[in-house]
Amino acid sequence: MSNMLNVALPKGRLGEKVYSLFEQAGFPCPSIKENNRKLIFENPEAGVRYFWVKPSDVAIYVERGAADIGVAGKDILLEYRPQVYELLDLKLGKCRMAVAAPKDFRDDPARTLRVATKFSRIASDYYAALGRDIDIIHLNGSIEIAPILGLSDVIVDIVETGTTLKENNLDVRETIVPISARLIANHAAFKFKNESIEKILQQMAALTE
Amino acid sequence: MTERILAAVRELYGRYGYLPYKMSKFEEYDLYVRNKDFLISDSVITFTDTNGKLMALKPDVTLSIIKNSREQAGCVQKVYYSENVYRVSNAAHCFKEILQAGLECMGDIDDYHLYEVLRLAAESLRAIAPDCVLDISHLGITEALLNNLPAENREAARVCIGEKNAHELRRLCEGCSPAVTEALCGLISTYGTPAQVLPRLKALLADVMDTAPIAQLERVLAPFAGSDLCDVLRIDCSVVGDSRYYNGLVFKGFVKGLPDSVLSGGQYDKLMQRVGRSSGAVGFAVYLDELERLEQTAHGYDVDTLLLYEAGCDLVGLQQAVATLAKEGSVSAQQQIPDKLTYRQLVHYKNGEVTPCV
Repeated sequence: MSNMLNVALPKGRLGEKVYSLFEQAGFPCPSIKENNRKLIFENPEAGVRYFWVKPSDVAIYVERGAADIGVAGKDILLEYRPQVYELLDLKLGKCRMAVAAPKDFRDDPARTLRVATKFSRIASDYYAALGRDIDIIHLNGSIEIAPILGLSDVIVDIVETGTTLKENNLDVRETIVPISARLIANHAAFKFKNESIEKILQQMAALTE
Repeated sequence: MTERILAAVRELYGRYGYLPYKMSKFEEYDLYVRNKDFLISDSVITFTDTNGKLMALKPDVTLSIIKNSREQAGCVQKVYYSENVYRVSNAAHCFKEILQAGLECMGDIDDYHLYEVLRLAAESLRAIAPDCVLDISHLGITEALLNNLPAENREAARVCIGEKNAHELRRLCEGCSPAVTEALCGLISTYGTPAQVLPRLKALLADVMDTAPIAQLERVLAPFAGSDLCDVLRIDCSVVGDSRYYNGLVFKGFVKGLPDSVLSGGQYDKLMQRVGRSSGAVGFAVYLDELERLEQTAHGYDVDTLLLYEAGCDLVGLQQAVATLAKEGSVSAQQQIPDKLTYRQLVHYKNGEVTPCV
């Protein structure tokens, strides 16, 4: 571990918003805005190194100590339960984890419910709490077509505006949990780089209030 | 490196009167079924012994030591161990053989024993790496505050405390008095040395709970004042343990260069009660398997010196050259450079002389 603070940012639009929060918090890195394919950017003066990673991998980088802190969606934290500190709700990338079904679907509690999802653990925990017997069908994308093609009865997925659901003739039936981006920290980094992490935490808390 | 640390901690524990404890690799599965939640991972490798008994490859050491402990009023039994345990690794999601060293202090334990075990935990971390931190908490504080929450929210709140997740914790505190909510959220945001944190904790908690646990923390940590180990100690109330087994002090140790804790321990009087003992206990384990990652960062090569010699050279002179180089670091004597062997310096032995290769 170097003394530089290593920050894993999620690639994409959310990552850009998150970076501007870090910039406002006093940890700028102008080279990150250059239009190129580089993935690692550092500003030794500010003592910070940023890297872009796939959003679902941010928590792994932080848990394993390759990154000291990072920004991950609550969906990823609930699904993979990485051993990290969840320091702050950044209130960015707000959406919800929901159960959706075709408009004409009628749930029969006497039958095992077939649930297609990318988030098997979240779906299992939700239905276990309801005492409902389900059959999980794990998919990696295009979850919305599963009920249309008869692969599943319902889906559990992230809903932002609901447009994709509507266009595929699906309705939200239940909201499982609200989702947003969270600032996370590696356990050991929190001890050994405490001053920098606390500074970022305080600045970002003030910015997101 | 692991062997060096193991030797150092064994010698340390022995100096404080802890006796070595050796045990079998196997234990009856029944012991773990009754205390499954105490285990770090609830998956256990089992097999049926020749007599039909269901046995387990030991996933934990503490339960076996308690089972074989003896109680004597007013006394404590002090033992240390270094054993392999078999459990699912959090990171790899598969069974791993994990080398673990640690100690247990069982019996009529008092504040001195709590101090002694904390001291040995801090010294164990120092033996691993000079840059280390021992995070200490007291379950008496967190549990007293959690008792103000509705019963159905307490487990989720415990998870939030462990994650330093004040935003979710605040939501779970809905319905509690503002003072309790602020105390709980303040508790997990408070981190630092005992001198920085204990006065803040006292002020934060004075109106919402009995401050006896803070007073105990102060008593137990007082002997560290002025010692070099004081720099290692931090108060971190996000260190939590299962309240069905642990009570009082709980702690975790970290060393710079490793992403997660390498030491974990606490006072487990409640576990003792669950297995029919009337006395208390405190102990900790050091996870030695992770330390090889420190070794990787320490060396960028396989050997310090690769010494090349020619067939038929003077054997006595060669032996002396190797012995001299070995005093300064590792040395590998070879006739040719082996594929993939990395070294810091390359030297030749020729005509009774060692010369650097250019």
